[in-house]
Amino acid sequence: MNIERTTPSGSLSKGSGTLCVHAGEARQKPSQAITDSICCASTYTFESTQAVIDFIEQKQQREEYGRYGNPNEKVVEQKLAALEGGEHAIVFASGMAAFVGLLMAKLNAGDEVIFFDECYHRSREFCFKHLSRFGVNTHQVKTGDFQAMEDRITPRTKLLISESPTNPHLTVIDLERFAELGRKYRIESLIDATLATPYNLRPLDYGVDYVLHSATKYLGGHNDLLAGVVVGSAEQLESVRYLRGIMGGINSPQNLYLLERGLKTFALRMQQHNKNGQAIAEFLLRHPRIARVYYPGLPNHPTHELAKRTMHGFGGLITFEIKDADWKRTARVIDRVQIPRIGPSLGGVESLIEQPMVMSYFNYSPEDRLKFGIADNMIRLSCGIEDTDDLIEDLQQALEE
Amino acid sequence: MKFRTRAIHVGNEPDPATGAVVPPIHLASTFIQPGAGTWGTFDYSRSGSPTRANVERTLANLESGCGALAFASGMAATHCATMLLKAGDHVVAGSDIYGGTFRILHKICNRSGIEVTLAAAHDLDAVKNAVRPNTRMIWVETIGNPLMTICNLPLLAELAHENNALLGVDNTFATPVLTRPLELGADICMHSATKYLAGHSDCLAGVLVARVETLFKELAFVQNATGAVLGPFESFLLARGLKTLEMRVREQSRSALNLARWLADHPRVKKVYYPGLEEHPQHQLASQLLDNGFGAMISFEIDGDLDSTKRVCESTKLFGLAVSLGAVESLIEQPASMSHASYDAAARQRFGIRDSLIRISVGLEDVTDLQNDLEQALSR
Repeated sequence: MNIERTTPSGSLSKGSGTLCVHAGEARQKPSQAITDSICCASTYTFESTQAVIDFIEQKQQREEYGRYGNPNEKVVEQKLAALEGGEHAIVFASGMAAFVGLLMAKLNAGDEVIFFDECYHRSREFCFKHLSRFGVNTHQVKTGDFQAMEDRITPRTKLLISESPTNPHLTVIDLERFAELGRKYRIESLIDATLATPYNLRPLDYGVDYVLHSATKYLGGHNDLLAGVVVGSAEQLESVRYLRGIMGGINSPQNLYLLERGLKTFALRMQQHNKNGQAIAEFLLRHPRIARVYYPGLPNHPTHELAKRTMHGFGGLITFEIKDADWKRTARVIDRVQIPRIGPSLGGVESLIEQPMVMSYFNYSPEDRLKFGIADNMIRLSCGIEDTDDLIEDLQQALEE
Repeated sequence: MKFRTRAIHVGNEPDPATGAVVPPIHLASTFIQPGAGTWGTFDYSRSGSPTRANVERTLANLESGCGALAFASGMAATHCATMLLKAGDHVVAGSDIYGGTFRILHKICNRSGIEVTLAAAHDLDAVKNAVRPNTRMIWVETIGNPLMTICNLPLLAELAHENNALLGVDNTFATPVLTRPLELGADICMHSATKYLAGHSDCLAGVLVARVETLFKELAFVQNATGAVLGPFESFLLARGLKTLEMRVREQSRSALNLARWLADHPRVKKVYYPGLEEHPQHQLASQLLDNGFGAMISFEIDGDLDSTKRVCESTKLFGLAVSLGAVESLIEQPASMSHASYDAAARQRFGIRDSLIRISVGLEDVTDLQNDLEQALSR
């Protein structure tokens, strides 16, 4: 039975429900249970010394010690690999653990990394403050400026990094060009597609080497677990798994079970996130108090054409700016909202709202905020899967002066 | 707020202690009290616990009741409802109720001197004729199992109340997404929350929701006294499942309607029982009582005997062979040998549960994949 189908654009859609429910899972499970058990063991026992030796000599695949993996992780990894159309997936304790785990495994002193500058501020911080301590140099160039990226490439460049869409400006990257640039110079490429999800975009289909997610967001989907994942080829990821076993950023069996459970409704949830995102972005665009809306599904978004060509939908994250408002006046809108809760993170069933200037950039200088495009009057809304009209009504009342 | 929004937010207010967007799972079995003889909100977790109380608020809201009680299983919930009765009382129950309910009425309640008569719940006259002066409860399923009959809840509520009896409705197959029996006059709404409400085949749970406060208090008294309460982990999983309930039920109902239409045209299928089909005897009533779809349970008869029907059930690749229903995974079963095996053969015969009957629970998989799977199984 062929349950893997993709649309021409490389995103999941038709048949994805089957994949979400069944991919990666054994048809017949232990005890004939319909769902996977949660295997909490910290270690796994061998029946004899010979069994230990067989394992060491790789004659038998099995679990060894909890830091190297567990049965719940295997199922989730196979499900995520199937959803991304990738060969292999490695799950981590968080999205940042996945990012750090991949970079630490792939880079050596003297290597260089180039990334597009619109990105999660902790990813940037890790590269500039910590990778640098290990002799890896990072360069950032303007998002979407492929010429600038190419100009920065040297024989020491080992990795090209971008998000797509980016956070919080939701710029969509031309993945064909991105992957092509990597191939041309034999440099590996990484896309953080947390905001897109495989439902809307599958970067591996474009020839990107690695796709990374904070699975805490849409993949887990219920704001109740932390997880990260990297998907790519088994060969390229071998060193990543090996190093993770040493660094220890593994996820727990309980969490992984919840992630697997969340993935069962992933395609269904994404339909509503996409619907809410589009409807609310259109509502905000028409609202007199809104100065600007960043949403790739709107025709006025700078990368709308590219988004339309490559994405199945545009997700639930919307960034917008309040007209003629300083940060305090902007904060008043946030404080008046009734349904979305104020908090960092995104992608869960509950809508969340935040002011990037306050939530993530409060201790930055105004110059630095300006450099990263974080305006004082900017609001980031993560649309959950609530009823569309309820959310619009709520925003309408919050925007009344 | 609309159903979908309430399912996400009512009973899921952020934790005041930490701001956690998802309330914590409180495992405590007991709670420290402000003083001897002075009781706090929670005392001992059989009587109530924070995690269970949260999901009970969500459930009461979604079913339009004044209060809800969460139980260790659907049968624990049904049993609690029957504990309102006393020796000498009489129950009229639908003739195509769940086998477990049949068993509790005929083999447990009878020990306490409670009498039971079964009547076709979709036939108001049959129910009327079964009512006696000592009838204290009428118990029906919104959508009957396994023949998917639809009963007229508003008229049954009138009948029950005219006779000083309660109307209890097992709303498991319909879910509050399709209909809310308490809004139609029922007194008690029951769920095996193991099915659609939790929705992921990974926890057992039962629910009773009461329309009025006095009845709720009586039920809460029985629950506390008998103790079959839902644990904190299951309460959390149930609450998590409720957040996607509306989307799941709509999508699964949409797929089911497509499959029912396809099955109706299939040469090996003799009869399809699905309230969304125009040929279903209560299709009109179903259209009035149900919003957002006709549910995701379908029964159908094939041209086969017990063994060849069994073979069809055993040869699907995507549909799992199992009892239970309502989850993201599609399931298939043969009522005669599985879900309704606790009916004796004579009762099955009488109530039209034939050996060639197959029941499917349509999950969240892609509908084309499900159709292809049934096609290959039927061609064996």
